Amino acid sequence: MQLALVHARYQLLEVIRIPVAVFGSAFFPAAAMIFFVVPFAGDDSAGATFATASMVTFSVMSANIFQYGVGVAEDRAQPWNPYTRTLPAGPAPRFAGRVLAGLALTYLSLIPVAVIGATLTAAQLSPAAFLLALGAVAIISVPFTLMGLAIGYSLPSKAAIVVAQVVFLPLAFGGGLLSAPGDAPGFIETIAPFLPTRGAAELMWAAVGDYAVEPLALIMLGVWVVLLATLAAWAYRRDEGRRFS
Amino acid sequence: MTLARADQASRRYGDVLALDRVDLEVRAGELVGLLGPNGAGKSTLMNLLVGLRRPTSGRVELFGGDPRDPASRRQIGVTPQETGLPGTLRVGEVVDFVSAHYPDPVPRGELLDRFGIGDLVRRQTGGLSGGQRRRLAVALAFVGRPRLVLLDEPTTGLDVTARHTLWDAIRAFHDDGGTVLLSSHYLEEVEALARRVVVIGQGRVLVDDTVDAVRGIVGVRRVSLVADELPELPGVVRTERIDGRLHLLTTDSDELVRALVTTGTVFTDLEVRPTSLEEAFLAITGEDQPAIEGQPATATAGGRPTTV
Repeated sequence: MQLALVHARYQLLEVIRIPVAVFGSAFFPAAAMIFFVVPFAGDDSAGATFATASMVTFSVMSANIFQYGVGVAEDRAQPWNPYTRTLPAGPAPRFAGRVLAGLALTYLSLIPVAVIGATLTAAQLSPAAFLLALGAVAIISVPFTLMGLAIGYSLPSKAAIVVAQVVFLPLAFGGGLLSAPGDAPGFIETIAPFLPTRGAAELMWAAVGDYAVEPLALIMLGVWVVLLATLAAWAYRRDEGRRFS
Repeated sequence: MTLARADQASRRYGDVLALDRVDLEVRAGELVGLLGPNGAGKSTLMNLLVGLRRPTSGRVELFGGDPRDPASRRQIGVTPQETGLPGTLRVGEVVDFVSAHYPDPVPRGELLDRFGIGDLVRRQTGGLSGGQRRRLAVALAFVGRPRLVLLDEPTTGLDVTARHTLWDAIRAFHDDGGTVLLSSHYLEEVEALARRVVVIGQGRVLVDDTVDAVRGIVGVRRVSLVADELPELPGVVRTERIDGRLHLLTTDSDELVRALVTTGTVFTDLEVRPTSLEEAFLAITGEDQPAIEGQPATATAGGRPTTV
């Protein structure tokens, strides 16, 4: 555990030395807040709160898919990674460290969205709901972390960047993150429950306001978690087999 | 006490047999050089010994245990490829990171001074020169006060001064009782450091002997000439006749040529050429291998050579 923290610390250091990387995952959701949420839902307290929660979901998704998808793929290409395997620790602390660092960066990338929501819109959150939302962020990070790991362990870094970009926009729009709950265009309402983004968004909405979650979306989120975990585990083992067996 | 051992270890990558039933034992206090051309299997053997790879068949052991078990690796030190250091981290941070894995690491300043890079603590590794990075990479092998260090080509691409700094550090470690297994494709490097040399070629251990014995083999030269009849000549390890030319492999070409001249032998078209490591070993071990690309194909041409 001690070592996992050490690994997390140095991975964060590596990322923070290139601030653009942090900026990148925070930028898009923050920009979406300013262009879509502030002008349209800015005055309506409940609407602005839900919209901010949607953007938080968006932010969690993009931060995780990119940092794991691209980060892991790049790491695998570096000889430093095999070197760390010769240290008397094995792969577990590095992996745990990566997940801890990922979660920390996810929270970091949420700060602009939260700040914009609190200052430029009528969004309101009680301290208890805020804590609940923080917890929900950790939970909804799970499927997107797994998705990122699956991408990162199965593809070389150049392909991983492309795939990460290709999956994240349809997931955001298709999951109805850019519309108020229940207010997306018809076909999106139809497909949304089947995407992991919707289940995640529903959890966030339920954490921040008076929202009854749709069971189908949550069940599908569970299905996605199992599916993505299987895929990530398969990709991880295949990669281990190629490089370390 | 045996610190590292390979017992009939083979490793196959797809169709390629990178290691072929290798036996190796590194005992406490030894400084063993692993010598061989590129692609001979040195790195594969190192990777098996540090637990990065598993042998396809046979066994490898580190301190009596499986190298893949982290506990077996507590007393070894390994060098990363210098191109792999995380470029955004500072030198001091890289050392601290590796130190965190060991119970009693060497203090950072002391370690860096030993390798002549104490003034670089605050520099990011991405901004270091190749030689500085290489020194840092080798220094990392010594952070955890290891009993055995495994150095894969530690000085490849270094200038003379940097190479000697590294050699001094490796020697100092050995003088304090440390055990070293070091791979190189330079005989010079192995000569400078090791007493025992294991020569690897085409995945197999060709020779496991003292530096002196190996120097005798590798120092072989090829003297070729056209002559009808030759008297008894000194230092000839092998003679072959190919297309009318006589090829003599000798450990002392100067002496041989002197003898040729003083005996008044009639000869023409004299040529003296060094033999490559591969050629020397393949010739001496009598392997019926095809000639290495780019090398004179005479070692095995003209039928089975007579081995002395």
